[in-house]
This record gives sequence, C-alpha cells and structure tokens, in this order.
Amino acid sequence: MSFRRRHLLGLEGMSRDEVLDILATARSFRQVLDRPIKRVPALQGVTACNAFFEPSTRTRLSFELAEKRLSADTINFASGGSSVSKGETLRDTVRNIEAMRVDVVVIRHGASGAPHFLARNIDGHVINAGDGFHEHPTQALLDLYTIQEELGRLEGLKVTIVGDIAHSRVARSNLWGLQAVGAEVTLVGPTTLLPAEIEKAGVRVKSRLEEALDGADVVNVLRLQLERMRGGFLPSLREYAATWGITRERLALCSPNVRVMHPGPINRGVEISDEVADSRESLVLDQVTNGVAVRMAVLYLVRGGRGNGAERIPAQEGSGA
Amino acid sequence: MSAPAEFPERVVIRGVRVVDPDSGIDEIRDLLIDRGVLEAMEPSLPPGVDGVDLSATGKIAAPGLQDMRVHLREPGDEEAETIQSGARAAARGGVTRLLAMPDTCPVADNRGVIEQILRSAAEACGTRIVPAGALTKGREGAALAEMMELRAAGVCAVTDADRAVVSSDLMRRAMEYARGADLLVISHCEDPALRGAGVMNEGYWSTILGMRGIPTEAETTMLARDIALSRRTGCRLHIGHVSCAQAVSLIRQAKAEGLPVSAETAPHYLALTEQEMRSYDALFKVNPPLRTEADRRALKEGLRDGTIDVVASDHAPHPTERKAVEVDAAPFGAIGLETALSVCIEELIVQQVLDWPGLIHAMSSRVAGILGWGGGRMEIGAPADLLLIDPDAVWEVQPDRFSSRSRNSPFLGRTLTGRVLLTIAEGRVTHMETALLG
Repeated sequence: MSFRRRHLLGLEGMSRDEVLDILATARSFRQVLDRPIKRVPALQGVTACNAFFEPSTRTRLSFELAEKRLSADTINFASGGSSVSKGETLRDTVRNIEAMRVDVVVIRHGASGAPHFLARNIDGHVINAGDGFHEHPTQALLDLYTIQEELGRLEGLKVTIVGDIAHSRVARSNLWGLQAVGAEVTLVGPTTLLPAEIEKAGVRVKSRLEEALDGADVVNVLRLQLERMRGGFLPSLREYAATWGITRERLALCSPNVRVMHPGPINRGVEISDEVADSRESLVLDQVTNGVAVRMAVLYLVRGGRGNGAERIPAQEGSGA
Repeated sequence: MSAPAEFPERVVIRGVRVVDPDSGIDEIRDLLIDRGVLEAMEPSLPPGVDGVDLSATGKIAAPGLQDMRVHLREPGDEEAETIQSGARAAARGGVTRLLAMPDTCPVADNRGVIEQILRSAAEACGTRIVPAGALTKGREGAALAEMMELRAAGVCAVTDADRAVVSSDLMRRAMEYARGADLLVISHCEDPALRGAGVMNEGYWSTILGMRGIPTEAETTMLARDIALSRRTGCRLHIGHVSCAQAVSLIRQAKAEGLPVSAETAPHYLALTEQEMRSYDALFKVNPPLRTEADRRALKEGLRDGTIDVVASDHAPHPTERKAVEVDAAPFGAIGLETALSVCIEELIVQQVLDWPGLIHAMSSRVAGILGWGGGRMEIGAPADLLLIDPDAVWEVQPDRFSSRSRNSPFLGRTLTGRVLLTIAEGRVTHMETALLG
C-alpha cells in the first residue's frame, strides 16, 4: 500500500501509486454498496465531523453516507457566513473540534487553503471536501474511478475539461489526478476563464472547443456559475451556451466511445444540453454512486487503514498517524 | 536586551569599521563618544584617552538607519503597535528615525493628530518619529488634506499610505498643491479595480493554489500614471514599496528622463517570492504581494544601478489573531523593523548586490536626502546618531523575542545574519546588546 497520508488536502504532488491505491480500496468498498447490508465496521468508534462552510448537498450527503457505511459516528456543522466573518468562524470551529475530540474532519470552505489551516491547528485527520478555487480531491478521485470502471483504463486516455477553469477546484484536482495516472488533459473555455500560466501544470490549453474535443475519450463539463456574467468574464449566457455548450453534434467530434461527466449540479441547456445529460454517454449518476465508495476509501486510508477494509474487521487500529 | 543605563558616559570604540557614505569614509577608526556626543573619529586614538575602552574589531559603525515606511498604528490600533513599542522595535533594528504612515485612526490628515503623535513620540524611547501627513482628507481620495497646515506642524511628506488616489484629476491637483507646499508625495501604486479581491501575485502559483491573483499591472498602470503626473506637475514623487520588474523599468526610464522621482522597496521583496504562499500562511500576505524570482532579481538590479534608492521596512503590525486565519480573511502586511537590516545583509551584502556603503546609503543617508532630513551621517561634535553592527552574528527569528507588539514576521523561524549591537539616536542609547560590554 502506498497511500500513507495523514490528511487528504489535494491531489497536487500525489504519486501514481497513491492514486491507484485509493481507487483499488474504493473498488472493494464499492462492492459493499451492492450488498443487502451496506455497512462494514472499519471505522467503528471513530468520530467524523462534516464541517461545511459553503452550501453543499451532494458532497455533504455523500460523505455522511460514506461515514455511516463505515460505522463511524458523524456530526455535522454547517455555516454560511460572509467573507468577513469566515476567519472568525473557522478559528472557533477549530477550537470546538479540538474540544469534542473529533478524529476526522471533512471540510468544505470558500477560502482556498482553509483545510491546510485546519490541518496545522488540530490533531485529527483533515479531508478536503472543496476549498475555494483550489482543490476538490474526492471529486477528482471519483471521476477517475468512474472513468476506469467505464473505459477499463486511465493511462493514455484523452480527457477534455470544458468551462470555467479559473474558478474550478474540480478542474485543478482532476488535472493533477489524471496526469498522475498517465492520462492526457486538455483544458478549454472562454479565455477570461482560463487562469494564468496553467499550461505550466503540464496540460494542453485550448480556446476553441472543437479543437479540444477532437478525439477526446472523456469530456468533463464544469458547472458555469451564473455570477460570472456580473464579474465581466462573459457577455451573456446565450453566447456561452452557443459557444461552449456540449451538444450531440459536438460530441461527434470526440472518440466514438466518448463518455461525458459533470460534477453537478447541472445547468441544463447552458453548459450541457438536456439530450447529452440524459444520454447513454453520460456518467453523471454513476459518479454519484461511486462518490460514496471513493469517500469511504479516503476516510479509511487517512485513518491508517490497510488492506481490504470491506472484507474484514481491521485489527485494533492505532491513531493512524 | 537594551539597558541604556549601563552604557558608559565616556567610551572609546576601538578598531571599528566606519561606513559613512556621506563623507565617503569606509575604513577602520576609533570613535570617542562623550555624554552622547561623537567627539572624535580618528584612524587611531592614543591609548591615554580617558574612558571605557571597547574593542570593536570586525564590527561596523554606521550612521543611524532611517526608515521611511513604518505603520505605528497609534492612535487607533494600539493592540497591534504603539508609538512606544514601535520606537523600541526600531531601536533594536538600528533605526534612529522613522517616517510614520498616516493610516491611523483618526487619520493623520490634520494638525491636531500630527501634534498628538509628536507629543507621544517625545515620550517614546528616543527613536525620532516623524509623522507623514495624509494626501487626501481621511485618505478617502475625495478632497485634498490641509497640506500647508500639515507642513506647519512638521510634516515633510504626504501620502495616503496603502491607498492610491484613484481619481487621476485629484491626484494631479494633490501633486500640484504638494509641490507648492514643498512636500514630497509618496505614492502607493495600485489600481484597486485590478487588484480586486486578490491576495497574492497573479501567475502560475495563484492558479495552482486557487488564490485570487493581483496582476503586476495593478501596480504598473498606476505607477505609469503617477510618473506622468510628476512630469506634468513637477512634484517630487517617491514610489513606495516597489515589488516587480516592470515597475523597476518604468522608474529607470523616468529617472533617465530627469524626473524628480525616487523609489523604495522592502526587504521581503528582496528575500521572498510568491511561492511562500504554498504554505497558505497569511504571514506572507503583503501588499503589494510577493512576486516571482525574476521580479526579485530585477529589484536587486534596481538597487545596484540606483533605480531604487531606498530599502524601507514597510513595518505593518497585526495582532496574531488577525493573521492566524485563512489567507482570504487576513489583513495585508508584515512587521520588519527588527529584521530589515539582517535580511538586507543577507540579500544585498552577502549576495554582492551592494557593498556596505551602498547598503548604508540605501537605508540611511539616501533616505535623509529624499526627506530633506539632516543626518544620516557621522558628524563630529554633534550628538552621536549611529549604530554598531556585528555583521557575522547569526540569530534565529523567534516570535517571543520581538519588541514590537505584533509577531507577524514572514521570517519567523529563519536564521538571519548580522545583528545590531548598539543604537544611539541623537546622543541617546536606545538599544544595547548586553554582550557588547563583555
């Protein structure tokens, strides 16, 4: 086993073996989800806190379900909060988490680096469930898992990520994770939404959709935040849909065996057409199911779990450090 | 720690390397200080001179450092710093006189606040505090501050501190008026719209870290405007905390043209780059932001060829609880009074960018020249205003060792070279390492 991290803060710098290790562990947990009794005792006695400082439905539910499937005790903390009060809230949360002797904290926060701040300040394990525009590692891992299940491999695949790259933590985690396992990544979107010098991360960057879709094995479509119109990044939603929307016609440019992914929630008719979202190429719902298994694997591994946690009750686990 | 009372009344500092760029002296001398007055500075004083003998072989004596960018936070934010604590931090860093930024609360935009600061400063430890006045009322960029009144109260420079005057028309009027008042205008070059909600340099690392970026153009577009307005108005313009290569080029061009422009950078821009932000530690969040390695090299080249005149600490204290938060929520700024000289020794002397006279010029005599302050030189028969440096001493930056009330140093935990052993400000010992007297 290669994954020996105490926290999962991001996929930047993660090795191929570490990524494959997580995916292999996820595969054994994925089988648990098809059993009549969908529960293993791997994290019995462990307390997990889901601290969500940004609204989230599916990621929070997915983590909560993963924790319950592993027999962990879970508590939830949700807070909106303006950007000014964020610092205050996070600091207080740190103190509370320490006082409650929580073992694992799953954090979603609007500020990039908030999970790193937490990891520096608490004894427990920290899992990043999305921080600012930085990373969303479990989303990328479930994307990788889903691609591997569908297409049987990751190495050498052409993956095109479409849309608002600049503000996307999903894009960043995906580009690290995909490149670690030998996939070829192309980013495409309006030039105002392509962040500075991203090509230095080893990816191909295109500003024309047709070029970027040519021969793609997977198209990962990002959600367009509607407030980008107000920020002056885009002239109109109509123009975005017409230029960047993934339609059946455009899919024809890709590999014949192409698959389409989306981290959700979908703006139908904007970044992706209805027809494509519900097509047989769409993996959107598989992503959701696989997300639970991947998060089970991550929770299990950061706690120091080794071997097949789905099949046996692990021997007395230490602190996992 | 400093213990002024123990310093002997009459002392001969023997065999010290005197670096005094103003008089061109850079050689071994013996100094005689009698009741705070620099009585003699001879190649060799006879052994019979009455007084305590201090051997200072290998040490450097130089005119007291002059720091032209310090936020003292008093009045208004005494939790971060007071005039007293800031003055003591300055003394430990070898600074004998400093220019206090007007971004206090209330803003130093009128005679009353300036006089209040001067009164508190008189009771401080001996470091001379010279308040800068605001350029516009309340630093709001809407109306001119009463510059004639400010000058009458003792102000020599006006600035809105870490805020640019966004209206080009008002900036033009402010510079015209300041020229008439013979005041130096210190500009913070930043287009707030281009900065937006940015927290670090825009480039590869802001992209990878998912942090909002501040493009160098936020600095250079405003700099180009202010240079153009200096050309139009003839106003003496000083560019505060220059951080990037493009800004150095613009200033080089302005100087070649003969415009009355001077410029300054800060030690952290010479020593650190944007990559520090990989730690997501708000201690590295400063404005303008830490830039790239190429920018860092260009700043050094600017110091070498005289494009950049001055290094100032840009001391910006914040209490720990305000900085110990995620980067987005933290304020900009880092303390620097107590580390500036050591960082500059490492980055400029050790790395052979400047020689000792060049460094002392950039941190003392040149500053005095720009601000029209007397001093910044070793003057026989006048109250001593100098510092004694051990250029080889190695020390670790520890949070509990600061004289400043704040600890937000980007150099925490680092080992620095060069230490101030003694600071005498206008004849008064403001800092002395106990080791000095053996």
